[in-house]
Amino acid sequence: MELVILIVLSLVVISAVFAVIVKTLTSAVIASGAVGLFASVMYIIYDAPDVALTEAAIGSGLMTVVFFLILSRMRRDENG
Amino acid sequence: MVRNLFIIFILAGVASMFAALALGYSDPVALGSAASHYVSKGLAELNGVNIVTSVVVTYRGLDTLGEVTVLFLTASILSFFLKNRSHETKSESSELLTTASKVIFPFIFMTGLYIVMNGHLTPGGGFQGGAVVASALLLLILADNKTDGSPTLFTVLESVSGIFYVGTGVAGLILAGGFLDATVLGAGITGRLLSAGAIPLISTLIGLKVGSELSTMLVKLKNASEV
Repeated sequence: MELVILIVLSLVVISAVFAVIVKTLTSAVIASGAVGLFASVMYIIYDAPDVALTEAAIGSGLMTVVFFLILSRMRRDENG
Repeated sequence: MVRNLFIIFILAGVASMFAALALGYSDPVALGSAASHYVSKGLAELNGVNIVTSVVVTYRGLDTLGEVTVLFLTASILSFFLKNRSHETKSESSELLTTASKVIFPFIFMTGLYIVMNGHLTPGGGFQGGAVVASALLLLILADNKTDGSPTLFTVLESVSGIFYVGTGVAGLILAGGFLDATVLGAGITGRLLSAGAIPLISTLIGLKVGSELSTMLVKLKNASEV
């Protein structure tokens, strides 16, 4: 169990670092969505399914899409 | 150089604050007085099997009302600042997205409704279910570029559920122990869908409110033309 917690937690940290260091904004958004996904797995391991549901739906689902909507808007503005 | 020193100084300050927290931490060995009341008396008082939802909806119902209000404020500010784009620039969505969304939408939507309705029995509740319902609607919004997402429907739904939510709270204040007290309705039989007093009702109202607020925000963001 300790090992699983360790793996999932390091995945959270690794995706967070990825979100900062990757070159393109698209990859950064996907990496930050992965942070939410692994965090929700973490909550399930710690017996908090209520929080895990919120994190999965909002943290990794809606937030990612909102970022993508804004990114597409920024591109549209750049293209005129 | 001065700037770097300043940054290091601030970082050291934050680190010392967190160090004090981390060093002073010890694993809690017993429940606090409020928590032990929820665990020991929660089932008897409210008849809700999922104590987390009982706490979120009733014992700390005011907090949830605050959260929903913050969401409402955000949606209102977005509506105020983002203007709708004119229709001529909209293009068709990809066929893959359109077809897939038609297949997947009912499943995600029904899962969201299930989470909303069964908040007092299984993990979930109004907030979580509302977010899932909004993500199902998001698929439809993304798949259909021509629609403007019927903002009137969402606004009306949001307002009506908000009024009923606060109304249920006031009813608890008058008829039962306090604001948002779920015992205004009968306790019912433990484990049934319609049990645990007003928790399913409040949960459904929160679900409607959160779902329509999030959907309004997403529609606004998608159709925004200028800030």
